[in-house]
Amino acid sequence: MHSLKAEGVEHVFGIPGGANLPTYDALVDAEFRHIQVRHEQGGGHAAEGYAKASGRVGVAFATSGPGATNLVTAIADAMLDSVPTVFITGQVRTELIGTDGFQEADILGATLPFVKHSFAVTDPRQIPEYVHEAFHVAATGRPGPVLLDIPQDLSRADIEYAPRTEPVELAGYKPPSAPNVKQVRIAAKAMANARRPILYTGGGVINANASEELRELVAADRFPVTSTVMGLGAYPASGEQWLGMLGMHGTRTANYAMDEADLIVAIGARFDDRITGKLSEFAPRAKFIHIDIDPAEISKNVPAHIPIVGDAKLVLPALTREYRALQTDPARHEEWWKRIRAWQEEYPLHYEQGEDGEIKPQFMIEAMHRATGGDAIVTSDVGQHQMWAAQYYGFDRPRRWINSGGLGTMGFGLPAAVGAKVACPEETVVCLAGDGSLIMNCQELATCVSQEIPVKVFLMNNGYMGMVRQWQELFWDRRYSSVEMGPSPDWVKLAEAFGATGLRCEDSGELEETMARALDADGPVLVDVRVSPEENCFPMIPAGAAARDMVG
Amino acid sequence: MEAGTPQVVKLEELRVPGQLSGRKHILSILVENKPGVLARVAGLFSRRGFNIDTLAVGPTDDPSISRITLTLDGAVHPIDQVTKQLHKLVNVLKIRDMEPEETVAREMAMFKVSAAVENRSEIMQFAEVFRAKIVDVSRRSLTIEVTGSADKIEAFERMIRPHGLIEMVRTGEIAIARGSD
Repeated sequence: MHSLKAEGVEHVFGIPGGANLPTYDALVDAEFRHIQVRHEQGGGHAAEGYAKASGRVGVAFATSGPGATNLVTAIADAMLDSVPTVFITGQVRTELIGTDGFQEADILGATLPFVKHSFAVTDPRQIPEYVHEAFHVAATGRPGPVLLDIPQDLSRADIEYAPRTEPVELAGYKPPSAPNVKQVRIAAKAMANARRPILYTGGGVINANASEELRELVAADRFPVTSTVMGLGAYPASGEQWLGMLGMHGTRTANYAMDEADLIVAIGARFDDRITGKLSEFAPRAKFIHIDIDPAEISKNVPAHIPIVGDAKLVLPALTREYRALQTDPARHEEWWKRIRAWQEEYPLHYEQGEDGEIKPQFMIEAMHRATGGDAIVTSDVGQHQMWAAQYYGFDRPRRWINSGGLGTMGFGLPAAVGAKVACPEETVVCLAGDGSLIMNCQELATCVSQEIPVKVFLMNNGYMGMVRQWQELFWDRRYSSVEMGPSPDWVKLAEAFGATGLRCEDSGELEETMARALDADGPVLVDVRVSPEENCFPMIPAGAAARDMVG
Repeated sequence: MEAGTPQVVKLEELRVPGQLSGRKHILSILVENKPGVLARVAGLFSRRGFNIDTLAVGPTDDPSISRITLTLDGAVHPIDQVTKQLHKLVNVLKIRDMEPEETVAREMAMFKVSAAVENRSEIMQFAEVFRAKIVDVSRRSLTIEVTGSADKIEAFERMIRPHGLIEMVRTGEIAIARGSD
């Protein structure tokens, strides 16, 4: 507990059990708040939401065995989205390890493929040292989840705690920070010679808190900017040079610009398959500058012509400085912008408005934008609603959009909203949920009520696992297989059963007003919004196709 | 103007280095001697689909540090990506991709061969040519220890196999850099 306090921990999410009883006993006297969640997966995602909203390390506790294995999805999620998190699990007593004791599970072994690092405590005196190392590894370099597994008997041992005075030093862990100056200079010169450049940014810019630095680089010339779903908000969606999100459900403009670009500057992004589509036909005319803090990402999927390893917070200002010094002529981008503007005009995001009060899902996102002033912290589940939010909400600031991009975890949104609201109590926190996803972690409504965490859940209810239904419709001859969610629970009554407020809206004319009521109400509110059941999320690049073969 | 930075960078002149070296690589990896380290290294290889040809683990002169020597095929795997992924493991301290010309690599193998009276002397002659040692003898078999490069061991195997190879045990290669470095 002393070690956690020394790391500046103010909030922890978790559930007690047999193997972490000593830890929970110590919590009674601890000076930080413990948020008792209702399922360990919820605790794990809450820690992620906390970290994503605040940039600080999120912490979750679980007991041994099933408590620990329930955390696994959240740990994998934090790995794929590079979320700074520390997971502390109880383990059975030392003498029981390896005997298949009650509630024993090898959580360290189970999570090896998707932790940034993990520690198994074998001596109680290691605990303070390991806690500090865990926070150091989780938060620095490319952030990620760290697991600390503590057997019950060792966590109850009395040890001397001496406050740490030295910074953490790990022989095998030296995260890079400042970039190679020469590489930055070459990159600036390449950018100066590009006729059709584009900046492709990702979650790394947000993790590095480098939004300002990105905006300065963009302002240094007329560079068009696009971003992955993880990087939304780093450059404002209302900005002049914004092309919209790229990738599978990105805008045609962003994807066509990538396809025709002669120079792609990737910043904190990792050329995931949802971005590249068919790899052999990805951006065939482009050369690549790849800026990343993780050297292993560079040339992993797409070979980089100019690799730059470093923290975007330091790389971007250096690149801006070098670029400005070259005093290039902005007129050389004239042709490129003409082409981009033509795409924007021809292929804007669009949808048909519903008739007779039918609520189109895209309209729901636009209504949400108006009701929240466009500046809420929005968490989301995974599926169509997530993509519509990414397309239509228009995030102008970083750390406002919290979703599960890499692992694509349904049920992420509500617990993540719990974490975000705990981290940012003054902010409006909205969970945009899908009906297929929300039910997977709806028990966390109990957490919202009992712990007085007033998140607002806007449920986009179409009665389907919508994205899977869309794929079955488009690519599997409309043979719907286990995608109907009905008969669904009565979400209003369910919210009320948990002690929250439940509202329903079935008319587009009343939607914004209902949302405003939910936002004004005290305490947690769930709004069941009935949207068109079979609307498809377009445009899209079919899986394995090339960007220029977008449909819809 | 800093030395080595070109005046102009023309996009059409930018090239990416080749990803595959096309030869066998020996990676010599120093790791912290902690529980689970081998599982982390082995898990990384299986997860990323990197195929290990041989793997040898042993102590170093420092009891807190172990050495993992592994060989893999650079025609199949981008070695650069392998080493970068390995470097991300916190328990991995140092990785050296051993240069073939500047490396002494050795492997040990033991062969148990059927050896009736008629062919016993021929097998023993092979052993002599390969500077191998007979380490066990029974009525119907000989056990021979061979040390050398992987090529030498494979050559010996080819010679001995027609006589009836009962069992073969190999350690996997270990390697050290030539010279005082």
